[in-house]
Amino acid sequence: MELLYIIVGLVFVNNFVLAQFLGLCPFIGVSKKSSDAFGMGLAVIFVMAMASFFTFTINEFFIRAGGQNVFYSLAGTLGHAKAQKFIHEKGLSEVLTTGVFILVIAGFVQFIELVIRKTSRGLYDALGIYLPLITTNCTVLGVTLLNMKNLQPGGDWTKMAFGEGLLWATLSGLFAGVGFSMVMMLMSGIRERLAVSKLPKAFQGAPIAFICTGMMALAFLGFTGMIGGLKANLG
Amino acid sequence: MEFLRQIKNGVFKENPTFVIMLGICPTLATTTTVKNAFFMALAATAVLICSNAIIALVRRRFPKEIRIPCFIVVIASFVTMVDLMMNAFAPEAVVKALGIFIPLIVVNCIILGRAEAYAAKNGVLNSIGDGIGIGGGFMLSLLTISTIREIIGSGSWWETPITTAFSGDKAALVKPVSVLTLAPGAFLLLGTMFAFFKWRRAKKEAKMGVEMVAAAVPWEVGPEKKKETTQGAEA
Repeated sequence: MELLYIIVGLVFVNNFVLAQFLGLCPFIGVSKKSSDAFGMGLAVIFVMAMASFFTFTINEFFIRAGGQNVFYSLAGTLGHAKAQKFIHEKGLSEVLTTGVFILVIAGFVQFIELVIRKTSRGLYDALGIYLPLITTNCTVLGVTLLNMKNLQPGGDWTKMAFGEGLLWATLSGLFAGVGFSMVMMLMSGIRERLAVSKLPKAFQGAPIAFICTGMMALAFLGFTGMIGGLKANLG
Repeated sequence: MEFLRQIKNGVFKENPTFVIMLGICPTLATTTTVKNAFFMALAATAVLICSNAIIALVRRRFPKEIRIPCFIVVIASFVTMVDLMMNAFAPEAVVKALGIFIPLIVVNCIILGRAEAYAAKNGVLNSIGDGIGIGGGFMLSLLTISTIREIIGSGSWWETPITTAFSGDKAALVKPVSVLTLAPGAFLLLGTMFAFFKWRRAKKEAKMGVEMVAAAVPWEVGPEKKKETTQGAEA
């Protein structure tokens, strides 16, 4: 049941572009052609799912408080009882998350680009050129930070077992990416049609794209309250 | 004076929101009230000035190939500082409303863009001037948008009710158009404002007898540009 909430919540109700204003630069920049939007969308889905997976793991074992933290056992073997107690109670400071996560994402994106370039030329031509742009795409850092703050639909993951929380975090990254890509592909269809229609000169390009996005956001506003309705009807 | 010219250039000629069209995500997400917009712009400006100064100071030490990750590390450390400062000194409601958009300053294209385009090539003092200018331009456009959104959307300015101010019985003279505080209104307003500024620029340029130049939007040519650079690196 939680899976349904995550899908509906992230693809429709809290869509990253239309409701949460994340990732607008690539959304407007790459949605001129359907093929570009498709390639970028696939790359974003992949990177968001993997980034959620890695950052959740790193947070669990290096930053979050508790006995599972690597530094807890390290302090134990070194014989620092005070440090051990501190890590068990408070963990390493949560202010580290932003810096650590962006480094993980940047490193991961670079690594994936290298791997794809060396292994599959076709895939690199389709996805590779979009990958460097993804580091500065705020959907990726956004989804990992939202995962950490438990702001996603589907419950409090940090109170669950590690494997279960990791599964939900990865799935939320995946479906947030799906929501982003879906809206971007819809938008690219609209903009391909707009390119051949007559428009006042001032509205051509980005202005009309924003107004169309506004219309789409208005339509997606109709999904508000869907999760409550699902919960009431499905238990 | 290069320093003063750089400030004026940032506020008007290269206004980050309306001319270069960068940093759209925080522009839309945080302009529901003037107060939120003010603190968002303040945080971004503080990060921009500090990161510009540090990057200009050590610009010759960064290896060319990995300069982007180096910039991100510098920016991320300042964002963490600003995040902590906001938590300590800004009003609690504002911090809650800004949410993940404070840590997301790390991936804000304005800051990385200025680091790459200006601070990496110029001296410390001029880079600080550039930071003040671009930050001031960001502040100006955020305040403009949020003023319109708050007055029309909720009938107040800086949380002071306006529409009820003149009527004794506290009943609103005009009912606020609350769609402007929601996502669709933000998109529609920004699209219209972009069109307005494009129209004004076109008129000005027609008067001066020059052909209208499209605004330089770095991310609109992103993929092609990246393709060239990656191919160049391989060759």
